[in-house]
Amino acid sequence: MSLPAALPTVAQAGEALIRWDWIARNTGRIQGLVVEHVELTVVPVLAGLAIAFPLSLAAVRWPGFYAPLLSVTGLLFTLPSLALFVLLLPFTGISRTTAVLPLTAYTLLVLTRNIVEGFRGVSSDVREAAAAMGYTRLRQLLTVELPLALPVIVAGLRIATVTTIGLVTVTAVIGQGGLGRLFLDGVRLRFATPLLVGVAGCVALAVVADLGLLAVERRCTPWRRAGA
Amino acid sequence: MTSASVRFVPYCAPAVSGRIQGAVITFDAVTKRFADGTVAVDDLSLEIAEGEVVVFVGPSGCGKTTTLRMINRMVEPTSGRIVVDGRDAAATNPAELRRRIGYVIQQIGLFPHRTVAANIATVPTLLGWDERRKAERVEELLALVGLPAGTAGRYPHELSGGQRQRVGVARALAADPPIMLMDEPFGAVDPIVRARLQEEFLRLQATVRKTIAFVTHDIDEALRMGDRIAIFSEAGVLEQYDAPRDLLNDPANAFVEEFLGEERGLKRLGLIAVSEVAAEPGPVVSPGDSARRAVEVARAHGTDWVVVVGGERTLEGWVSLHELDDDAQRVGDGLVRPFALQVDANDSLRAALNAMVTSRTGVAVRVSGGGVYEGILTQELISKEIR
Repeated sequence: MSLPAALPTVAQAGEALIRWDWIARNTGRIQGLVVEHVELTVVPVLAGLAIAFPLSLAAVRWPGFYAPLLSVTGLLFTLPSLALFVLLLPFTGISRTTAVLPLTAYTLLVLTRNIVEGFRGVSSDVREAAAAMGYTRLRQLLTVELPLALPVIVAGLRIATVTTIGLVTVTAVIGQGGLGRLFLDGVRLRFATPLLVGVAGCVALAVVADLGLLAVERRCTPWRRAGA
Repeated sequence: MTSASVRFVPYCAPAVSGRIQGAVITFDAVTKRFADGTVAVDDLSLEIAEGEVVVFVGPSGCGKTTTLRMINRMVEPTSGRIVVDGRDAAATNPAELRRRIGYVIQQIGLFPHRTVAANIATVPTLLGWDERRKAERVEELLALVGLPAGTAGRYPHELSGGQRQRVGVARALAADPPIMLMDEPFGAVDPIVRARLQEEFLRLQATVRKTIAFVTHDIDEALRMGDRIAIFSEAGVLEQYDAPRDLLNDPANAFVEEFLGEERGLKRLGLIAVSEVAAEPGPVVSPGDSARRAVEVARAHGTDWVVVVGGERTLEGWVSLHELDDDAQRVGDGLVRPFALQVDANDSLRAALNAMVTSRTGVAVRVSGGGVYEGILTQELISKEIR
């Protein structure tokens, strides 16, 4: 892991907690890390959604499939992240794939559970009425059940996203990590500023992502606010 | 059937008999046995004529809802054949079949994420109508079911139970299906709203003349709504299929008799209109007649009272002979009492009977809408109908 030349090479004791001049000199790098962090979050969450969605629909259609699905995604969720990244190294090397695969796996439990519960929460009267009106199965799923399941699905998406933003930092040990790399810098340099910037950046990203998804959910569910 | 062929009038307008829009539904030896072996419907053969309201009634577990749901293939029969509007249901694509059959259930099942307008336009949307045609149809239907036009943009949770039920009916009527299936449609609203919805339903049906299959467990609702009633017993056996009056007159067996309940005679009177029996002229005098004349008229009719009818045959009330003791008196001078209850041609004989038992004269007086005297109904007349 190489350190950019701009970083001071000597740890300085007794400094102020935040050295603004360091931040000013490293703005470009920090921006790059934010972009990387966002990519390392968005790709696994979207990939997780792409995998969880069909599996969840299958679990809604065939309830017997739900328990095994939860067991497998739950098992994946319990694997220690650090170990998983290191285990993958021999296969995928120091690459983004090594980071994305486990991060994707971690989203599956939350997404699967929320998608299934979201669809299960659609009242049977509504489903029955839709079928009796002459909806085809697919159209009913997409235009009746999905919108009604959306709040629960988005809730899962928010948890998955915020969790992933935190987990991304761990991938710094395999040369990824987005803002997590600043943690390593800080530790290595015994210098608090990068650490604090990294933490603040992660928190800010998480808050922005959470509020953004909440806004999307509200936009997609206008009926939930009408006349309340 | 296209929507252009239907003439809708606003809900509040007086009932006009519309052209029959419905289609025939035939059950031919239909049996439904569920996977656990329970027989829900047992060898059912029955025909519902076009434009007719048939009520399926019976205790819970009698297969009435299953029978209904086989018409639009929400449930598939185990054996037998169902022909809907000339086509074998089993050979028709379910989605296509259902778009031509309106469906109203007790829980309504409105789509909570769609406005009232979008809910009503559900089947038109599935059929690919353009926006303008949909909007016009929604407007028309809101008026038809008696909802203000402003409701169109609201969401279901903003409406009352009764309003939601009307939206459910409007949604079922949207693409003008020849057939409507209604499963306890008024079961979830309070008795006052239910009575009003029933009345509106009957008025609406007089206009749209759909073929309607209607499920209820309430025999009184069945007697009120049905042109014919199919009474099922447990395990889906059809016990009797007849017009309400024929059921009450001539129950096929003990089960039917018990299900029809107490006071069958009274229930029958509830189904007979006052206009169906000939009113008697009654002991009529005019206000200017003498007391002597009144006594003569009363004696001739075997009563101790007379009906006072004024100019243009307007009913004024009745006078007891006890108050006409002076022969020189004129009828109009005495105490003319109003009839507390009057009936008109559209009331039932049950209402007439009620008027009789609450009146000191012991008769029901029949008037026209404008208060014009039409005659009296006596208890003898009514008991003749009950026998």
